[in-house]
Amino acid sequence: MGEILLILLLAVALAWPLGRYLAAVLKGTASRADAVFLPLESVIYGLLRVDPQRGMTWRGYASAFLASNLLLGVFAWLVFSFQDHLPLNPDGVPGMRWDLALHTAISFLTNTNQQHYSGQAQLSYFSQTVGIVSLQVLTPMMGLGLAAAVLRGLFGGRDAATAKEGQARDLGNYWVDVTRLSLRVFLPLSLLVALALTSQGVPSTFAGAQTVQTVDASSGVTEQTIPVGPVASMIATKQLGTNGGGWYGPNSAVPLENPTPLSNALQILCIVVLPIAVVFMLSPFTGRRRLTALVFGVMGTLSLISLAVSVYAEQQPNAAVAGLAAAGPNLEGKELRFGAESSALWAAVTTQTSNGSVDTMHDSLNPLAGTVTLVNMLINAIWGGIGCGLVGHLVFLLLSIFIAGLMIGRTPEVFGRKLETQEVRLLSFLIVLQSLTILGFTALALAIPDVAGTSNPGLHGIAQVFYEYTSAYANNGSGFEGLGDGTYWWNLSASAVLLLGRYPCLLIPLMVAGSLAQKRQAPETAGTLDIESVTFGATMIAVIVLITVLSYLPALVLGTVGEQLMQAG
Amino acid sequence: MNTSIETRPPSDSGGGLRAALVWCVALVLICGVVYPTAATLLGGLLFPQQARGSLILREGRAVGSALVAQNFADARYFRPRPSAANYDPKALSGSNLASSNPALRERIAADSAAIAAREGVAATAIPADLVTASGSGIDPHISPAAAELQAARVARARGLPPEQVQALIRSHTLHRTFGVFGQPRVNVLELNLALDALPPAAG
Repeated sequence: MGEILLILLLAVALAWPLGRYLAAVLKGTASRADAVFLPLESVIYGLLRVDPQRGMTWRGYASAFLASNLLLGVFAWLVFSFQDHLPLNPDGVPGMRWDLALHTAISFLTNTNQQHYSGQAQLSYFSQTVGIVSLQVLTPMMGLGLAAAVLRGLFGGRDAATAKEGQARDLGNYWVDVTRLSLRVFLPLSLLVALALTSQGVPSTFAGAQTVQTVDASSGVTEQTIPVGPVASMIATKQLGTNGGGWYGPNSAVPLENPTPLSNALQILCIVVLPIAVVFMLSPFTGRRRLTALVFGVMGTLSLISLAVSVYAEQQPNAAVAGLAAAGPNLEGKELRFGAESSALWAAVTTQTSNGSVDTMHDSLNPLAGTVTLVNMLINAIWGGIGCGLVGHLVFLLLSIFIAGLMIGRTPEVFGRKLETQEVRLLSFLIVLQSLTILGFTALALAIPDVAGTSNPGLHGIAQVFYEYTSAYANNGSGFEGLGDGTYWWNLSASAVLLLGRYPCLLIPLMVAGSLAQKRQAPETAGTLDIESVTFGATMIAVIVLITVLSYLPALVLGTVGEQLMQAG
Repeated sequence: MNTSIETRPPSDSGGGLRAALVWCVALVLICGVVYPTAATLLGGLLFPQQARGSLILREGRAVGSALVAQNFADARYFRPRPSAANYDPKALSGSNLASSNPALRERIAADSAAIAAREGVAATAIPADLVTASGSGIDPHISPAAAELQAARVARARGLPPEQVQALIRSHTLHRTFGVFGQPRVNVLELNLALDALPPAAG
């Protein structure tokens, strides 16, 4: 308990100043760091031939985002496919098959990091750094840039004071936002975390795998080949950027990737700190003082409930151990140095934040804890991914305003701008898209037994398929990893789900924000719905639970919920 | 609000493919080349032992890593937790078996019976970490209770007084960091190497 409370308190304490810093970086506030960063940034803008002072409309912002994504995606796909012809490959790793390279490229491009490969055996150092680390830095900052653009739109754009009604507004400059965030926030933090992780034992070398002669030859093994590499720099970006894709196959369960209880606590801290900082960024960025309180209240409440259930569930013994060993918490798939408690905390926060790294095998979680991870990903806006989590949360906020407006018979307004049919139609499309995609693909995969690739029988097998698509759509990346997912079916179908879970979910809210921005702003009066209140916060929680959890109740019952009930009975 | 920036309306194009291409090249160089190189070299400089994989040397030869479990079969050694990857750090895997999977129950039953026979204890006295597979397949630690359980057998096989083996376990027990983080544990490889380093038992 002490460990969990300490980590959570530290996270909030660090996220507070970090959130204010994020707001300053996004607003372009002058700071002492300018002496270091401005010259470099000016060179970049000069090369781009872009005027950093000039903003973009939502269309401009969206096309810059899409163009950079297309190019990075093709680049990553080529790197993974042809890594055997590229430098920094001391262990002679072959190129990836085209479909696996495609899935890997899309997975890292969408800030998901779902992995259908084992990094220590299937990626070269070049792929792990130039291919993966760059995407792990840039994609979360792109998400945050888009969140900033959406927020600017909700408040009329940066030119709200001068622009005319009906004129497309200035939502910020994409290149400037993402460049500043990457250089001034993400890379300095990553460097610190990478060094701290190396001090704990995470490898940090360009040398190839180390071969050792083991001690007890009578065990039948006389040699071990220990894969190392520039691991620490990647684990830092993986954890800070709600990425989650590990160097080694079983991710942060591997002692080389997460050697000590201290490195474990640091990594949990990194998982949550930026997503929480984004919430603390809200007030200084928008000038709306109580907005942070509303979002933090809703997210914090859901977060605490979910992690309490997860920790409770994993304190129960694994049903398969009953009578065969001393009673104790569930340790199957867990590392002893962490124990069940902090592993359960990790499982909860990694799915709340769309990080998706794991320090325990989710397939072997007790079914109740497995249910928690699934529900977290279905909501995908309890903290959520950096930027995209806030955007998802704002979608729930707008829908809640609409529903609350209908209930009290008043025109729904967002910060003084009318929410009308066009916007609500676009937002509802997102809700339908989620269930259609996840449930559609799950049904399809289960209907064709040859492709499903489940490794556990019964209800848990159904849950494995449901988990994989839920994780892909949530851009989370964790898995019930027993699933045989290195196939054409899984690579290609998951790629489609990854794309649907990223681009519509970021661009439709941007479109809505662009449309709201150019409307006339009515002054807030005593008759305006007070959204920064406890009542509205509770309404939002109810809307979130009703929309997401209930849509998926049948699928959950056929999976981990049913599994839990059968074990209890 | 700055006053000078309101000269041109916001751009609708985003700068086109040329800007995107130049930006991607510049940022990949900074984030994917400069950053990992700097972090890796600096890490190697500050923490050389950790940076190379925490290798353990005996008589000048690397016999393992403090972060990678090895299998031990000889009765003179402590045994690690079960591994779904046969302790191969290239393979690395948890069992990924669900608690509802009969295969998990069968595996645990077999391990439990083998341990009960080997150590001469009742099944319900076996600490759960000895019958559950770790997440990585190379968990280097066991619980202090799991080490205690094996102490008598190891002492017998080595002809050592049990107290000496128990004292060695105690001196190799790692406690919670700062009294808060993680679980008490014993590194199996380091404990076994310490056993091998003891002077041979008299008689």
